[in-house]
Amino acid sequence: MSGSRLPRLVGLLSLLLAACALPFVLSNFRLFQFSQVYIYAIAILGLNMLTGYNGQFSLGHGAFYAIGAYVSAIMMDRWNIAYGWTLPVAGVLCLVVGFLFGLPALRLEGLYLALATFSLALAVPQILKYFEHWTGGSQGIVLSKPNAPFGLKLNPDQWLYFVTFAVLVLLFWLGANLLKGRIGRAIVAIRDNHIAAEAMGINTALYKSLVFGVSAAYTGVAGALSASVIAYVAPDSFNVFLSVTLLIGSVIGGLASISGAVFGALFIQFVPNWAQDISKAAPWAIFGVFLIGFMYLMPFGIAGGIRLLWIRATRSRVPQEGRSAVPTQAHTTT
Amino acid sequence: MSALLDVQALEAFYGRTKALHGVSFSMARGGITTILGANGAGKTTTLRAISRMVRTTGTLRFEGEALERKATEDVVQLGIAHAPEGRGTFVHLTVEENLRLGAWGRRERGSLKDDFERVFGYFPVLRERRRQAAGTLSGGEQQMLAVARALMLRPRLLLLDEPSLGLAPLVVREIFRILRTINQTGVSILLVEQNAALALDLADHVFLLETGRVVMEGPSDVLRRDDAIRRAYLGY
Repeated sequence: MSGSRLPRLVGLLSLLLAACALPFVLSNFRLFQFSQVYIYAIAILGLNMLTGYNGQFSLGHGAFYAIGAYVSAIMMDRWNIAYGWTLPVAGVLCLVVGFLFGLPALRLEGLYLALATFSLALAVPQILKYFEHWTGGSQGIVLSKPNAPFGLKLNPDQWLYFVTFAVLVLLFWLGANLLKGRIGRAIVAIRDNHIAAEAMGINTALYKSLVFGVSAAYTGVAGALSASVIAYVAPDSFNVFLSVTLLIGSVIGGLASISGAVFGALFIQFVPNWAQDISKAAPWAIFGVFLIGFMYLMPFGIAGGIRLLWIRATRSRVPQEGRSAVPTQAHTTT
Repeated sequence: MSALLDVQALEAFYGRTKALHGVSFSMARGGITTILGANGAGKTTTLRAISRMVRTTGTLRFEGEALERKATEDVVQLGIAHAPEGRGTFVHLTVEENLRLGAWGRRERGSLKDDFERVFGYFPVLRERRRQAAGTLSGGEQQMLAVARALMLRPRLLLLDEPSLGLAPLVVREIFRILRTINQTGVSILLVEQNAALALDLADHVFLLETGRVVMEGPSDVLRRDDAIRRAYLGY
């Protein structure tokens, strides 16, 4: 066990260094794409806490992403508040909204919960159009990208990349601490066996709602970051497809896996582009092939596939799946 | 009254369906009491009522303290550990993580080291499996884990729901032997069983439940010799 810690740390540090070097080797457009990957990764980690770790389905996380994006955009556009302050506000607001949505959601399980959250994803873009005075209606809100502070010699894309990356590192560190500790055990226990978790004295209703809130908060912060990085928000960029895309990312990356969120984000950012390159006529057909291929080759997601390869390469003993396995059929249905 | 647990006129409901129709019994401190009965008699429901996991009317007192208005987590804090029906294994967590969750509702936090030693003393196989995902354990090992996990609470009352279910006779005998040892350390046990022969051997007091009512009760030595019990539950 302790033997795998050092290579892990070295790997993590080299990734960190590589990520910090990217702004100086990539074009602004590529850099923008990587910022978007980090943003998706944060949102997917949020969704993963809910669906992967806690076993609650959401087909509506695009709604929290939208709320985060609009909170940030309105604060910047209306009140000239610096983008940095909008992130915690978006996070806290989504925490509250998510928690409140989580309370009635307690009565729903599996596919029923998926449908309830789906209705949230359907409703939010229209609600955004309705409050035109604040949200700019269908036109959305055009923002300007912030310049780097302290006279740093970075262009806005480079600066936003670093901001996004810093938020990613912070939120992943916090998330990992939460999920690997006492509370994380309770969250997984509720997913694995709801009744036994209750019998242990875990307040399952409270924890399920809290996970909903934290999950929404992560996704909301991601949305808020996207407002600055894209410098534009419009209701139609937060349609149902975004919610589905986030769910695809979390499944393909690896449910109940922290690193899986990054893999899933890479997938949903780049694979549609590749599909476009392969066939201009039917990119989504190609995307579908990729999707099926990944699920077939890596049934536990990319993170699970890499873990299996690693175990095979190091010829370790029995694979220790621990908590980072996909939920079994029992709690994915009904 | 020096009863550990006192249940009076207990009725339990799943939605509108009544599952218990006025169950009354009381349980002495330090003993092993068993509730016998056929499928659907209300055995599991009785345990779930004590753990406050089902809606009830009637009174429930544990060491004189009323349980009716408490939430499950508060009942756990009083020292009532519940090993639920079907073992309730957290299959994707390791054995150690399962055990840690058993101590979730404990009043005194602090180190679990002594508790680990104690339960590994009862069930050495769990020490070997400590870092293994609990879902990879055999049925018998999972049942041992369920008992061990309940012990992590340092309970005063242990509620066990059919620990013999689906296990080989040899494994069941081993588990029941350990239950007796656990009881000798001062933990009272309320055992729900379909395996009447085993339960009568272990328990000192027996309640017989039929369709949500207590129809017979007494010391297990007496009930073992009862003709009706013998025919219906022991099969000879």
